[in-house]
Amino acid sequence: MDYAIDIRDLTVAYREKPVLWDVDLQVPSGVLVAIVGPNGAGKTTMIKASLGLIKPAAGSVLIHGRPYSEQRTTVAYVPQRGSVDWDFPTNVLDVVSMGLYGRLGWFKRPGKAERIEAMKSLAQVGMEEYATRQISQLSGGQQQRVFLARALVQDARVYFMDEPFQGVDATTERAIVELLQNLRKQGKTVAVVHHDLQTVPEYFDHVMLLNVRRIASGPVEDVFTEDNLRMTYGGRVAFVSALSAAPKP
Amino acid sequence: MIDLLVDLFSDYTLRTVALGSALLGITAGSLGGFALLRQQSLLGDAISHAALPGIAIAFLITGSKAPLVLILGAGIAGWIGAALISVVTTRTRIKYDSALGIMLSVFFGFGLVLLTYIQRQPNANQAGLDSFLFGQAAALVEQDVLLIFVIGSAVMVLITLFWKEFKLLSFDPDFLGTLAYPVRLLDYLLTTLFVVAIVIGLQTVGVVLMSAMIIAPAAAARQWTDRLGRMIALAGLFGAVSGVGGAVTSSLIPSLPTGPTIVLIVSGIVLVSLLFAPNRGLVFRRIRDWQAGKRLRVDAVLVDLYTLASQHSSAEYPHSERVLDVMSTISGPAHRTLKVLKDLDLAKPIDSTKWSLTPEGVRRAERVLKRQFGGTP
Repeated sequence: MDYAIDIRDLTVAYREKPVLWDVDLQVPSGVLVAIVGPNGAGKTTMIKASLGLIKPAAGSVLIHGRPYSEQRTTVAYVPQRGSVDWDFPTNVLDVVSMGLYGRLGWFKRPGKAERIEAMKSLAQVGMEEYATRQISQLSGGQQQRVFLARALVQDARVYFMDEPFQGVDATTERAIVELLQNLRKQGKTVAVVHHDLQTVPEYFDHVMLLNVRRIASGPVEDVFTEDNLRMTYGGRVAFVSALSAAPKP
Repeated sequence: MIDLLVDLFSDYTLRTVALGSALLGITAGSLGGFALLRQQSLLGDAISHAALPGIAIAFLITGSKAPLVLILGAGIAGWIGAALISVVTTRTRIKYDSALGIMLSVFFGFGLVLLTYIQRQPNANQAGLDSFLFGQAAALVEQDVLLIFVIGSAVMVLITLFWKEFKLLSFDPDFLGTLAYPVRLLDYLLTTLFVVAIVIGLQTVGVVLMSAMIIAPAAAARQWTDRLGRMIALAGLFGAVSGVGGAVTSSLIPSLPTGPTIVLIVSGIVLVSLLFAPNRGLVFRRIRDWQAGKRLRVDAVLVDLYTLASQHSSAEYPHSERVLDVMSTISGPAHRTLKVLKDLDLAKPIDSTKWSLTPEGVRRAERVLKRQFGGTP
């Protein structure tokens, strides 16, 4: 079967200590998958290693059947909001245009056509009236939406998003969910690092439970079980029982 | 003043020194903008100190004091210093700032040892190498300026060419990596330009103060604008202005050294920018806070008066100042604010102690309450 994301035996070690151990993940095309696990489980590391930003000790990453290095233009990345300095002297439209740098290639600068495209994807996240706003003046949720718009403008087939729901208000959360559903409708595949276990069944089709090793991955209804969660989170009973009280899908 | 202008164009030494310092200021200032944004301000200091042994070794090998030879030596040593900092940070548990400190002192110490050794040599040619410590702008000749011009222009062309790439490298290098750009290579390129901009300034400003030429114009420029293009241009301009300013000032006042004077002028620009730049300047922010505070106090007393009057039949029912003082414990005595209200025609004194709202004051109080609570209290 041709998977959109096909990660095999991915292993990453920092100074001999494995942070990601022999991880496999297969995601079919057009699926929203949540990557779930406790802090330090290697979620961000897995995404960064998949995107070649961290050199893995072992493993391979195929995107739609071909090595990631040949498929870069079809993969978009939404890093954690806190990974950049938001006091950088630039505005919203400029940041979104950065998503087009890959297509532009060396030396060419974004022009009118690129600005129009950037405006379109700003509109998709409901931020078009902020186009000329200085990025230091954005709220956390607005920063997140700018990053999403930057990924949308890449018009990729596969999206990796690192904690897009982190610290955003209810309005932005709804906007992001809507956006994910639109991407699914267009047949895109989206892998999202997610922290709120309660919303996993509602927002996602598949889930991957990760804690250095892959505990489980697959359709939410098969994999998102109390046993698996206990294995992932190390049997924090109070926490897990609070979860089992939540409505099941 | 006219004499000075004539001198600037006719006096060989002054013209050469001013032109050289200006070109240097532009190059160092523009690259400093990127260094500042990449939070690598201190890298310039480490590189310039690391360049010192390179100068000494270049002299020891060639026996020549030709600027190109010494600059080449300085550049290689500075580059090795920068590369070692990067290696130490990524391969060991030593943090970036410690790695900077280590390289800076190790290279600088080694450079001083070599300089001392050279000075003990029975060779008349060695004199003047120590001028690289604090710079000796007055010794600049046309050839030096030409060299600074050629190298500086090359640096500026490369910045223009790789503008988009350097911008994203400074803002979000990981994202640049996912777009299939060779981040490592671009990082090396920018660092190399950085080294080049530093070593061409060593003769003029010296190893010890050169980092000021990198950081200060950029830090000042950041205060005035929120756009990268303008910031880099402004940093270049500030660099050039301090270069010329330093050259002219030190030519007017005998025995004033040019390099340190340049640095003093650029520091002055930083100070003015920190204080007076719109939006980011301290003075501007203080005024804005004060105005906001005043508006809040006015609104608070207005709402107090309105709340008191709402216990009575008329919204314009008067109340004494003492009551308002008690109500506005946070914002202080109400007297001055009441005077402001009177000037704005929002409240009026009834007798020596009592105040009431005007119809306009009632309307404004209702608007404030609606904004704050979405209705009356």
